[in-house]
Amino acid sequence: MTTLEDLMNAPAPASAWVLAQDCAETGLDPGAVCAEMARRIGEMRASIERGLKTDAKSITGMVGWNAKGLWDAPDVLGASLLKRVQAYAMAVNEENARMGRIVAAPTAGSAGTIPGALLGVADHLGLPDERLVDPLILAAGVGKAISKRMFISGAAGGCQAEIGSSAAMAAAAVTELLGGSPRACVHAASLALMNTIGLVCDPVGGYVEVPCVSRNAFFAVHAVSAAQLALAQLESFIPPDEVVMAMASVGRLMPAELRETAEGGLAQTPTGLAVTAHMEGRVEGELPGGMIELPVV
Amino acid sequence: MSLLDMIGPVMIGPSSSHTAGACRLGLVAHHLLGEPPHRAVIGLHASFAKTGRGHGTHLALVAGLLGYRPDDPRLPRASLEAEAAGLTVEFRDVDLGDVHPNTAHIDLHGAEQAVTVQGSSTGGGVIRVTEVQGLGVNLSGASPTLLLRYADAVGMIARIASTVAADGVNIATLTCTREARGGQALLAIELDAPLSPEALAFLNRWPDMNWVRPLPKLMDG
Repeated sequence: MTTLEDLMNAPAPASAWVLAQDCAETGLDPGAVCAEMARRIGEMRASIERGLKTDAKSITGMVGWNAKGLWDAPDVLGASLLKRVQAYAMAVNEENARMGRIVAAPTAGSAGTIPGALLGVADHLGLPDERLVDPLILAAGVGKAISKRMFISGAAGGCQAEIGSSAAMAAAAVTELLGGSPRACVHAASLALMNTIGLVCDPVGGYVEVPCVSRNAFFAVHAVSAAQLALAQLESFIPPDEVVMAMASVGRLMPAELRETAEGGLAQTPTGLAVTAHMEGRVEGELPGGMIELPVV
Repeated sequence: MSLLDMIGPVMIGPSSSHTAGACRLGLVAHHLLGEPPHRAVIGLHASFAKTGRGHGTHLALVAGLLGYRPDDPRLPRASLEAEAAGLTVEFRDVDLGDVHPNTAHIDLHGAEQAVTVQGSSTGGGVIRVTEVQGLGVNLSGASPTLLLRYADAVGMIARIASTVAADGVNIATLTCTREARGGQALLAIELDAPLSPEALAFLNRWPDMNWVRPLPKLMDG
């Protein structure tokens, strides 16, 4: 079983080791895996481009205009990287929320974090998409190591398991893109995950929209921040595999109400309850955020 | 679970467990029926019943029944496509007991055949098929799989395994469940490659063989 410790001690670059290990296990051809990853980077980019152009509403109407709104807004902080990473991440998750085509990474609810961080940093630095294949393979390897100990869905362990995993994967990817050692990549993942522990999954109305869309924007930045720390040789005090075990243990302690059931947290606020009531058809008329009717299945 | 399942699937939103996984469960039933589907009754358990509608779970299941993969652009309009294809689908909220919250029970009918499939979507588009034709299985769709139903008898598994070996295909896992000694048995074989049409036809011709179905690899990795 591959652990983060194995990954940390692998020969550089860590992605090459991950690819060799995975292909030995699955029998897949390394060239074919790389080609497919390159195609998926194209899919990520396409979802970003579609998401930045439109302000069409999501299924419920709770989100849909956030990515374009940010992209078109002035860069108030003079931090173009920050704005780019956030807008990319939200663009992907808004595409997801309007039944658009995205790459689950590792899940659909956390699909914006990796494209936001990885493509955001690459575009900021003017790096071509070909450079992103290896970092994406490393991201997958980190996700796989986490998923050996813990399911990566919000239903299993809260949002810490879902977006925590995607942030850890993104942090490792950005670190490798910027020339980090396997050790730095894994510590970036560990730092990102460590600071996600305890995060609940409380989708309003049960939809992958609020807080999921903005949460991806925040955690894409979180991942870039972890990469910056790790590239400066900062390390996670708690060893990476122990951080994963801690996250898993918190996930098991978490009550079902806080694991994607919409029975706790933001979903149970007065506005959250109003959304749920409307979605269940118990309330007629205008709703918070100007929601539209659900398409009839 | 491969790297391509971790970064992937490429899918139509919004939820990998409620949409992509649901589509793959529908695909299992589609392939096991082996003919165009006419009527489906789908039981939705727990989270699938509670939050499925807004997640497109119903559409994704129907898309799977029609043979669409999770990234098929027709997925959001699967109910219209089903109508055009002459497939009627009825959804029911059911309590399937102590199973994963994202579990569906699919009862699918064609002109000649019928199939029942029960399975769970466990996150990130990953599925676990737990029941086929009322008998227990444990399938992930990560490899091409062969399902066979026959009357339990001495030597059947050995004969089937040697047919698979003669076709040059390696067996990854093999699970057999039976109703009773000498009763109906269900054999599920996960393979390293799909079986040839000739080998499938050969197995189908055995007089004691009731049902042979190849299930293609459904996962990306």
